[in-house]
Amino acid sequence: MTLFGATGRPYGRFQGGITVSVVQDAQLHEGAFGERRNLRSVVGAVGPVRLTTIAIGLWIVALADRSWTTETSAGSAIAEPGEFLVTLLDGLTFAGLLFVVASGFTLIFGLMRTVNMAHGVIFLLSGYLAIEVQQAMVGQERNIEPEQVSLFDWIFPTLVGAAVAAAIGVVMQQLLLRWNQGEDLRQAIITMGVAVILADQMLAQFGGLATTMEWPGATVHFFEILGERYATSRLFMLAVALGAGALLWLWLNRTRMGIVIRAGVDDQDMVRALGINVNLVFAATFFVGSFLAGVGGAMGASFSGAAPGADGQWLLNSLIVVIMGGLGSVKGAAAGSLLYGTVVAFAPAYLPRDYTFYSVIVTFVLLAVVLVARPHGLFGKAS
Amino acid sequence: MRAREGAVLLVGLFLVALPLFGTDFFVGSIMTRVLMLGLVASSLVFLSSQGGMVSLANWLVFGVAGFAVGNMVATSGRGLKLGWAPWPSMVVALVICTALAWVIGSLSAKTTEIYFLMLTLTFAVIGFFFFGQVTTFSGFGGMTGIDPPAFFDDHPIRLYYGALACSALAYLSFRAIERSPFGLALQGVRDEPIRMASLGFDVPRLRTFAFTFAGFFAGLAGVLNIWWNGQIDPTSIGIGPTLDLLIIAVIGGIMHLEGAWLGAFIFVGANVYLREIPGLGSIGGFVQERVLAQERFNTVIGLLLLLIMVASPDGASGVLARIHSAIRPNASAKRRAITIDPTGGYK
Repeated sequence: MTLFGATGRPYGRFQGGITVSVVQDAQLHEGAFGERRNLRSVVGAVGPVRLTTIAIGLWIVALADRSWTTETSAGSAIAEPGEFLVTLLDGLTFAGLLFVVASGFTLIFGLMRTVNMAHGVIFLLSGYLAIEVQQAMVGQERNIEPEQVSLFDWIFPTLVGAAVAAAIGVVMQQLLLRWNQGEDLRQAIITMGVAVILADQMLAQFGGLATTMEWPGATVHFFEILGERYATSRLFMLAVALGAGALLWLWLNRTRMGIVIRAGVDDQDMVRALGINVNLVFAATFFVGSFLAGVGGAMGASFSGAAPGADGQWLLNSLIVVIMGGLGSVKGAAAGSLLYGTVVAFAPAYLPRDYTFYSVIVTFVLLAVVLVARPHGLFGKAS
Repeated sequence: MRAREGAVLLVGLFLVALPLFGTDFFVGSIMTRVLMLGLVASSLVFLSSQGGMVSLANWLVFGVAGFAVGNMVATSGRGLKLGWAPWPSMVVALVICTALAWVIGSLSAKTTEIYFLMLTLTFAVIGFFFFGQVTTFSGFGGMTGIDPPAFFDDHPIRLYYGALACSALAYLSFRAIERSPFGLALQGVRDEPIRMASLGFDVPRLRTFAFTFAGFFAGLAGVLNIWWNGQIDPTSIGIGPTLDLLIIAVIGGIMHLEGAWLGAFIFVGANVYLREIPGLGSIGGFVQERVLAQERFNTVIGLLLLLIMVASPDGASGVLARIHSAIRPNASAKRRAITIDPTGGYK
């Protein structure tokens, strides 16, 4: 049976023989299982998408109106530019958080084909730990005021949470995933087992109630923008996300390890054949991927609090982002985060008020549209 | 493999006779639940063993059946409150589930393996948020007081036989499909999608059809469940229960159809009887508090899952098959000659 056998990424290519594998690769790159992308099918998929996009854009820019029977919670961009800008900022800042978490997920998947189902649990654990550390540093368990929290009181707990998250990721990889590399389904189920255990133990340790982490006091302000008040802390979150993204970009593009990882994403066999210690590279990837989940966890704990269920929610967020953006592509994670973040912000604001709870369906439609138009995501390659 | 059919027949006869000597609690609560969970899990095992599709959306279809019946039958509380009779509601719910499975199947059919798993998981969780947020159909509070047909009302043993009959129907259908031209094409798609496509088979359509077929049985289990339970809420189709279904299938053995019910039996049994295993009470301290406590059931299941994935990826039914081949090496040699994979697993 092939299901749990080696799916053969590292070894199968040699077994299959060069001729066969070249033919198969050529077929794979032609599109999923030989379906031809002729002009009509491309237009058929993109035409309605473009029309719908224009219609939605027109709605948001000019038509949406609070005085009408439709009653959206934000007015149209022309009538209420402030509300539009606030919604846009909401989308951008949330996209920042999405990117930090999802880029870790996609990094691990891109190199190792491991779907880390424990990604959400690692996110939540880091959030809980960061909260505990922050409370210890401030010396107070509840009702912490923003003024009591210095910048260091936020950064240090975040780093502690992320370091523990990274350590858990590496231990899990070395202990449970190292020896079955290439059996992607088995690995997904193993990480799922880890997720179930950790989630249950966190419930026992931290209880079922939501706790939050405080943003550093220096960033908790409101400022006026086109007549609307906006929280500086959300911009701080975006700044942290941009910083993390910049470091990730530098690491992947300007260091030797990053070059090896990018090479490994494209052709793992060649990297092995060049005598590079792939196991070390794998461990480093898991370290960085889980570290990013950890940083995201602390950001998420400050943004919306840490509670049971957040693990599943953020596993889902990561999945939606990377499926839309293209699995394994960091660029795709950025694009997917922007797309998803924008939709999450705009759907409740511009749907008629009686129907705002349908915004989850908009997510579904977005995902379906992206998959129909580009089955491998925006920046994905054929598997 | 004649031993397989013999064993299934024996277990089947035992299950038919079970209400004669089992307690009402064991039959009406535990075994009915095992059969229903096994039925949903069998739809997943069918997809993964025959089509190579490990789906996480089957539990969503199962839940949608419950919500559909609830919306149609209930006369008060949340939802549409249509107040229809139970039997027509069942038919409509099954149609809805099959249609939903077709939609999810056709959206996911072009992806394979791990991509398919992730995509179906995404759909499953979106379904959870849909029923949580869209108060027209349910809302997070869920629906209660959904009556089964009068035939099953207050007759747990009849419902048990209903679940048994549906399980038998599913088992026989899935086994029949295995040998049908459609089943053979599906196995071809599982092993060599590219070769099948170049032979002229419409690979995404075969996958979609298999998914739709499995969706019907998941929906059937969902209807039974709502009759048995009388209530449903979005939490019961959240990410936890969704993963539980895959865990059940993996524990039982995801490559053997019988493993679905075996896994459900182990899962439910562990949930109910874990504390009563003699000797466990003497283990004190951290292990007692964090692993063996009743409310730490998930930890036990997670550990069991890890153990199975590390030691025997084909689960409990795989262990049984190995025991059988150890006793009768000839039978297993014959089997291996048929199922050997000349490509070494390369797809």
